[in-house]
Amino acid sequence: MATTRLFVNGKPRELNIDPATPLLWALREQLGLTGTKFGCGMALCGACTVHVDGNALRSCVTPLRAVEGKRITTIEGLSSDLSHPVQRAWLQVQVPQCGYCQPGQMMSAAALLAVNANPSDADIDDAMAGNLCRCGTYARIRKAIHLAADLARSAK
Amino acid sequence: MTLRHQNRFLFCVCLATLLLLASIADLPPRASAGAQASSGNNEKSLLAFRSVASVLTSPRCLNCHSSYDGPLQGDDHHPHAMNVRRGPDGKGSSALRCFACHQAENGKMLHSPPGAADWQLPPAKTPMAWKGLSMGELCRTLKDPAKNGNRSLQDLVPHMDTSLVRWAWNPGPGRTVPPLSHDDFVSRLKEWIDTGAACPE
Repeated sequence: MATTRLFVNGKPRELNIDPATPLLWALREQLGLTGTKFGCGMALCGACTVHVDGNALRSCVTPLRAVEGKRITTIEGLSSDLSHPVQRAWLQVQVPQCGYCQPGQMMSAAALLAVNANPSDADIDDAMAGNLCRCGTYARIRKAIHLAADLARSAK
Repeated sequence: MTLRHQNRFLFCVCLATLLLLASIADLPPRASAGAQASSGNNEKSLLAFRSVASVLTSPRCLNCHSSYDGPLQGDDHHPHAMNVRRGPDGKGSSALRCFACHQAENGKMLHSPPGAADWQLPPAKTPMAWKGLSMGELCRTLKDPAKNGNRSLQDLVPHMDTSLVRWAWNPGPGRTVPPLSHDDFVSRLKEWIDTGAACPE
């Protein structure tokens, strides 16, 4: 079996599994990082969103071989002490209802704020369009992203 | 001028006029042969373009070459699910890039995201939008560097050989392919260019 080397939440990892395995299953089953969720398995809902070299990516359709040598950040790696502005804002606004989609929502929000420190409502809608929430928490998600942007700015 | 000189002068004028008329009379057949050749090439070129256009207007091409501010899907050209956007560089909005879902190869399951290297739309500045154009408009758009991504006619050929364009002939389950094979398409494109890249009215 081929060895795939990658960096997950800042740590080097080696995985000896089929390189065609979706990254999601490598994270959850091989590395025990179960914060990233399985939703549709077809990149249609965004629940499995992680960062690959800083970009939001759907891990359920990303084969392991496509991320060889890359930096992966999962919801667990956003910060270990809930200090990331997105984590703080999500708690303050109490965004989740059932919460299942929220790791993906938060990873997409963090990717947006990394490239746009002051997103408009339209920017947020465009960036978050691929993350679905059956509970309909979209209004709170948008509010939390604006708050996270404020928190990030005031921390500088 | 003496009478003799006048007669010689008149003779020269008449001779020159006759020679001129003879040469003019000789011209039409030569011009007609040139026009026929040119018209033959023009017809060949127009026919070749008709074949090229049949591919360019197929759903696999039109769904990205659209004036809509995002990709379209399906043979009915409906907006891409989840209302995803083109973005300035044609590769999605800043935090929802095309490659977030589209890999370098097709997803295996029906309705899973198709994929090819460098998955993208034309950039926002030059959207190369073909949907709704007449054949003539499509042809002129294709030839115009200001509208075709600053490409010469010759540059169009390698573009049609990129993995993204070739994907149209391997689009994954549930998607129709263009009406010509890729080889025939490229060959007709070259023929159109070589015969003068004529455009319908």
